[in-house]
Formats: sequence, C-alpha cells, structure tokens
Amino acid sequence: MPLMGTKNYRHLNKRLNRVDSADKITGRALYAADVKVPGMIFGGSLRCKYAYAIIVEIDTSKAKAIPGVYAVLTAKDVPKTQSWADYPYLSDGTVRFVGETVAIVAAETTDLVEDALKAIEVEYEELDGVYTIEGALEKNAVQIREKGVGLKDGLPDKDKKGNIFYDSYYPIRKGDIEKGFSEADFILEREYKTPFVEHSYIEREACVVMKDPDAGIVTAYASAQNPFFTRRYLADAIQAPFNKCRVVQKMLGGSFGGKEELVGLMVGRAALLVMATDRPVKMVATREESFMESAKRHPFNFKYKAGLTKDGKIIAWEGTQIANAGAYNNQTQYLNCRAAIHSAGVYNIPNIKTDTYGVFTNNIHSGAMRGYSSPQIIFAQEQFLNEIAKEMGIDEIDLRRKNILKQGDLTATSQKLTAETITLEMIDHMVNTTEYYRKKEEYSNTHKSKEKRKGIALVSCYRGSGYGAETPDAGGSLVTAIEDGTILINTGLAENGQGLKTAYTQIAAEGIGCTTDIINFVGVDTHSIPDSGMTVASRGTVMGAQSMRKASIDLGTLLRETAAMLLKTDPDKVDIDNNEFYIIGSDGKNKVSLADVCNTRLWTGKAMAVYNWSEPGDLGIDHHTGQGDAFPTYSYGVVVAEVEVDMETGFVDVLKVSSGHDVGTCVNPDTVEGQIYGGIAMGQGFGVTEEVPVNKGQLESKNFDSYIFPTSIDVPEMEAVIFECDDSAGTYGAKSLGEPATEAVGAAIAAAVANATGVPVRELPCNLERTLLGKSLSKGGMIK
Amino acid sequence: MNKIKLVMTVNKKNVETEIEPYARLLDVLRDKFGFTGVKEGCGIGECGACTIIMNGKKVNSCMVLAAQAQGADILTIEGVENSDGSMHPVQEAFLEKGAVQCGFCTPGMVISSYHLLNENQDPTDQEIKEAISGNLCRCTGYKQIINAVHMAADNMKK
Repeated sequence: MPLMGTKNYRHLNKRLNRVDSADKITGRALYAADVKVPGMIFGGSLRCKYAYAIIVEIDTSKAKAIPGVYAVLTAKDVPKTQSWADYPYLSDGTVRFVGETVAIVAAETTDLVEDALKAIEVEYEELDGVYTIEGALEKNAVQIREKGVGLKDGLPDKDKKGNIFYDSYYPIRKGDIEKGFSEADFILEREYKTPFVEHSYIEREACVVMKDPDAGIVTAYASAQNPFFTRRYLADAIQAPFNKCRVVQKMLGGSFGGKEELVGLMVGRAALLVMATDRPVKMVATREESFMESAKRHPFNFKYKAGLTKDGKIIAWEGTQIANAGAYNNQTQYLNCRAAIHSAGVYNIPNIKTDTYGVFTNNIHSGAMRGYSSPQIIFAQEQFLNEIAKEMGIDEIDLRRKNILKQGDLTATSQKLTAETITLEMIDHMVNTTEYYRKKEEYSNTHKSKEKRKGIALVSCYRGSGYGAETPDAGGSLVTAIEDGTILINTGLAENGQGLKTAYTQIAAEGIGCTTDIINFVGVDTHSIPDSGMTVASRGTVMGAQSMRKASIDLGTLLRETAAMLLKTDPDKVDIDNNEFYIIGSDGKNKVSLADVCNTRLWTGKAMAVYNWSEPGDLGIDHHTGQGDAFPTYSYGVVVAEVEVDMETGFVDVLKVSSGHDVGTCVNPDTVEGQIYGGIAMGQGFGVTEEVPVNKGQLESKNFDSYIFPTSIDVPEMEAVIFECDDSAGTYGAKSLGEPATEAVGAAIAAAVANATGVPVRELPCNLERTLLGKSLSKGGMIK
Repeated sequence: MNKIKLVMTVNKKNVETEIEPYARLLDVLRDKFGFTGVKEGCGIGECGACTIIMNGKKVNSCMVLAAQAQGADILTIEGVENSDGSMHPVQEAFLEKGAVQCGFCTPGMVISSYHLLNENQDPTDQEIKEAISGNLCRCTGYKQIINAVHMAADNMKK
C-alpha cells in the first residue's frame, strides 16, 4: 500500500516544528491590527443597508464639522470609484449589495470615526433587485449589471441581456452525449443546492497605510493573503505607480481564500484617507463588516443527468452548474474554469456535456473559499452517485470502483492521466481500515429506530493541483547565503497560516543540504521580490515551490564548488552534513564549515544568491469544448464519514471522519495532518451547520453567535491517512493538499446522513429540517 | 464623561492608566499597555481570542469593562512564559504537537489550556475539549491542540 514513509529525503517526509510557532505561542507575533505607528489615525466605512438602491443625496457636512474628524470622502472626492477588479472602493451612485461602501472617514480616535459615520446623512431610492440564482434567470428579471447577458436555447448568449456573467461561462463537450444517452440502460436526473458560506478566519481584516518616502509614496501593512494582489488595489485607488506603493504582509490570522478582495479594497480606502489627511491610517473591520463585505463561498445550483449501462458503467453525463456570483465579481470566471473541468467528478466517462456559469445578484460577492467550487460540486456529484447506486440496486463502492479514473484514463477534458494513479488502492484501503461494510451492516440495524440512527458513507474525488489551465502557474524564489553561514529565503508567495514558511524551509534545506534551523524566511514585502502570483489554488508547495527547489539546489552547487576549492578536490567529491562540507570517504577529516564557505565567497566576490523563475509546462483547455490538458497533475481523496442522527430533533452528530489523501510526496507529516484535521472540521461545518442566510440580500448572520462552525466539543474522531505516489509533476513529487483536505468532507457527511435516514440530502447544510424531511421549512417560500 | 484612574496588576507588574468609563479591558490591554498578544476576533464573547485570566478566572476581555478590572490581577499570554524567559510546558507542547497554524486563536487557546492545567493536572479528552470549547479555531480541527494539552499535563507532572 502506498502509504507515506517510503521516500528517501534528508528533510522532506519528516516532522519539523513549524518555524513560526514560537512567536505565535508566546503572543509576540504581530498581526496587521497590532501595528501602531506615530501619528496614526483611524478610518471607517459607511455601509449601505439596502441591497439595490440609488443614492439620491449624501450630506457629509455634519460629519466634517466634528472636531477630530479629518476627512469624509465620497465618490466625488476620489480618482476612481471602481477598483481594477470590479468591486467598488466607493459606490458610484447605485448600491448593489447590502454593505456597499458609500463614504469613508478618518478621525483621531475610533470613537470619533463612529460619531462621524453616524453623522453622515444619505437619502436612497430603493429598487427591486434579484437575489437568487432562480430570480436572476427569470425571463423578465431586472438586469442589475450592464455586462450581464441572457440565455438563448438554455445557454448563455452574448447578444441577449440578462444577469449572467458571461466571462464565467465554461462548457465541456466530450464524446457524443446523445449517443451516450441512447445507449444507456438506466438514466437518472437530480438537482442539488449549496448556500453562501463564510470563511470565518478568527483574525478580521486589518491594515495600516502610511506615507513612506523610503518606499516611494505609500506603505501598507496588511492582513493580505496575496500582498501583490493587494498592491494592485493600493496603486489603483490612488492612481500611483506600482513601484512606489509597497505592501508588507503581517502575520496572517487565517484566510482560506478570503483575505483577497476586502483587504484590497480596505487598503485602497485607507490609502485614499492617507492622501486626504497626510496621516497614517489604520482600518480594522468589525466582524459584522467582515461578514458583510468579505467574499463568500459561491452558492451553486446543480442539475445532473447520468446514463449508465446495466452493469453500472457511466457512459453519459450531462450537467448544469450555476453559481451565485453576487453583485460584483472578479473570481467566478476562474472558479468556473475549475468547476467545469471537474464537472463530471473523478470518473472515467466517455460522453460529457456540462455547462457552468455564474449569475449576478444583489448579494455580497462570492469568491475564493478553500476548494474554489469543489466542496459544492463534490457534494452534489457524490450524493448523485449514491442516488444512482440506490435506484439501480448496486453497491455504491462498486459503482465508484467501476468508474473511477485510473492511470491511462482520460478525464472530462480528455487529459490522459500519465502519472501513477492510486485511486483503487485508496478506496480499498479506506474501505478496509474503516471496516466500512461491517459498520454499514451494523448501522443498518438502527435504520428503523425512531430515536437515533447511524449512517456511514464513502466519497471519492480528485482535484487539479495548482492553477492549471486557470492561469500560468509561474513563480520565483531568491535564496541568499550570508557570510556567517546562514540562509535567507524569499519568494512572492505568502504564509497564510497553512505552513508555507515551514514547507519552504524544508524544501530549501533539501536543495542546499543544510539544516533547517539556519534558514530564515523573509515575509512578503512587495518591494523585495517579484510577484509570483497568488497564494491560492493549493499551489504553494506543488508548483509555487518549484522555484525554491531549483534556486536552493543551484545555490547548493555554488557553495559546494567553493567548498571543493577550499578542500582542494572536485565538487562531485564533496557532500554536506550538519552544515559542514566534507570529502566523501575521508572519514570526516577533511571538512570546511558552511560559514567558512560563505565567508570565502563573499570576500572573493562570488555570487551569494540565486534567483530562480519557474514556468509551468504547456497547459490549456479549448474554451468552446473544455478539452485539453488542464492541470500538471491531480490530488485524489477518499473520505469516509460516520454519523448518528437524532430522528426526533434532526441533530447530526458526526462520529468519525477518516480522510485519505494522495499527497504525492508528504513534505511534513505534522502540517499535512494539521491540514487534514482542520479540513475535516471545516467540512463538518459545510455539511451540517454553516450557511449565511440571506433574505433579499440581507445577511441574517453577521457574527459567531448565529454563524455556527465546529467547536472542540463538536468535532468528530478524526483519522488522517496519507498516501504517496510516484508523480514527478510537482515539487519533489508533492501534490496539493490544503483544499483537498476539506473538499470531500461535507459530501461524505451528507451521504452518511442520507444512509442513516434513508432520505437523500439534496441541499446543504443538513440542518434539522433538511435532515429529517429533505427540505427546509423556513425556506419553503422561495424568495425571487 | 469623566475618566477613571485604573490600577491593576498585569503579568505580575503594577500598572496604572486613565480610562474612559466605557473602555473595554481588551482595548486597554492592547492599546494602553501594548499587550497585543490579546486578540480580538468577534467582539461579542463568542470566539475566545481575547481570553485572559482575571483574578484566577478565565474571561473574554472583550466582555469586561476595564473599570471592572480595578485592582485586579491579570494574566495575558505575555505573562505565561517562565520567569527565565523559557516557554511554559503548555507552550512547549503546542510547539511540539503542531497545535498552531495561523496562530490567531493560539494565545487564547494557550491561556485556556494553562488555566485548565492549573485546576486539573490530569484532564481527560472530554475535560480538555470542554476547557477550550470557548476558543474557536478555524485551522486545526482542535486535534493537535488536544494532544498538546495532554502532553503538557504529562510534562508538568514530571
């Protein structure tokens, strides 16, 4: 069995305490809201309470008259209202979601900021908007964005007006769908839905922006998941050149895809206030503001139709996947590329026709949240697979074994899986170690109970590693040796809590051959290194670290050359151990320290650093058919969930989740396990409790009193199973894990609930009513 | 409103300052004294990022008016280390067990764990889960944190 532990590395595949833990454990770590600079004042945003309205008049005179209030800015006071990425810094006169910013203020204290916000008078004229996917697609729906398009023959059409975000439309056309269905012995069609979900990182968005002649014009210290992406907002808001706008990432208190748009907008707004007041400005979102303006996981409506032969081979798959993009959006076009590529699951299906697109609605925008569409689509697909198995009377594991992608198979985009693919071994291992069939039998004895019933389910999935066809997966790293024999590593990718600093330290140590304790990771400062793209798509290790691997190997070669010169031998006769170079086979007598080597290089004028830029291989899909090589490789997951459902209350107790992942090469088992455990908890929330309820655009949860995610008492027993395989595409053979760790858990729990209750779950979360009835009573009347 | 003179002990040092009557203890600790290890996550006593120990009791400092801390003995994350500057066994265990990811909940988690182990030297899994149930963590799934508290309990007995 390809379990972790058979690979031969000096520093990879080994436990290492996180390099940033000590500062976090002692409270020394400084996050953006902890930054304080001389002369600092505070900023705040006035947010609209309507989902769709015209601003008739704004009167800021009373706010401006308050002593200690230094600036009150509205659309007319700023160079541009709309950011480079669609989202508004300030409303252009029409507000399109609850929470849209209509004015910003800067004042001496946070109390005065509140006073000033209260003193601004705004007159609105409310409009009828669209709030749901169904409402946005209605024939006579109000068109809320000029760029929205309509449907023609059921598909997005550029020449029609409507609410579809055309750039987010991705079709997949593989084989002959009509032929596939005509040859099918069994056909089933089902619909599924998922809600808005909040990232719920514990750190709220924060920044301090200040004029900084050393940097050029301004420096921003920010809780930025992607500092270079944030720089785009900073430079854009004040219309300044990028090379004079500096963003420094502070320690980041969780992000999961969320600290992108709102942090960019907040930094942009703070910069506008800095330019207006000439004072450093701090902005920190309240939790309520964070809920209102940070991106949410896209709600999706799914419709799938599958055709199978009588022995259970899926030969035709048709689907429509529609995402709720919210009022403004610059994410759904990338997200839906991924959603389309994965629209037929982890299955080998010859004939596929799917259409994926997003619609604009008068809601908070949807964006990236751990999975980037995968938790939603895996939920829908895996419930569908189980419904098929039940209707056909075949075993649900057999159905998966019969159809799952294997080495040599073609994916939905007709990409041939050339690398080792261990899906069948993973299923077998998970079935055996969880005692799936024994428990299924045992739990079935509870299925007539009117009190508590138990259920078990297995789901399988895969995920393209890194950016793939979404956008070029390139990046650069700088590895610098210093005269005392220590090493600095620097890259454009960021530590967001996931453990990137630690993984990169291990990867750099592997390349150089030195120990990990002499390496220091420079935090991201946009003035110190080129942009390496965003720290997203679980790309940090698999693709982002390729340049770190290459740069550290190259630096190691340079250091060995100098060591060989000092040892009067050839470089290929020299190796390194415990930061000492030695002549191989010399019993450790001929040695020179790394410090001496570095010092010699400095004083002989030799290069002390290597910068490597790593470009991905050729990838891309045809936009009309979705066919082509979509990703460098794929991560595979098999997750088993066990639940107990209280049939009187609908309460779902998640008993155990066993989560198996093919990570290619496990860089650090501690951090891999941490990702898997955290992914289970986040997936449990997605499956059972988490939903940001929206009522005509109004968020009905804005803090953790009503938005419920698992506490230490709620989480299940957890089992992390780490598989490795032979796949050379990623850094040292590593594959993505951050998103895979959570993407199948909600699906597995929902399927286990369906097993326990006998009622299929077609909408998340499995709250009390849905668990018992398969539908929500409180949402019985659909709001259009 | 008249300001109040506040005198208290924070991490074994006597401190005093002038505060607004409506000031939260959380803000006074962070802004007046620079104890930025005390974090704010939700502001409504739900997440536990601002957990401190006040007169031996574990409290969410966002829910305490600073004026209520008059004369109080307060411990923040900055005061948990041993007097020689080395890490407390709870902190050591968090490091060794991989109990930290983004780290934002960590100061509150460490305080809750420290408080538990002061009162119960041999906690069960369930007792640990209950002790940290007021501290929300979005990264770890809590498992390595629970392992760390067990490890700290073992090490503190040695």
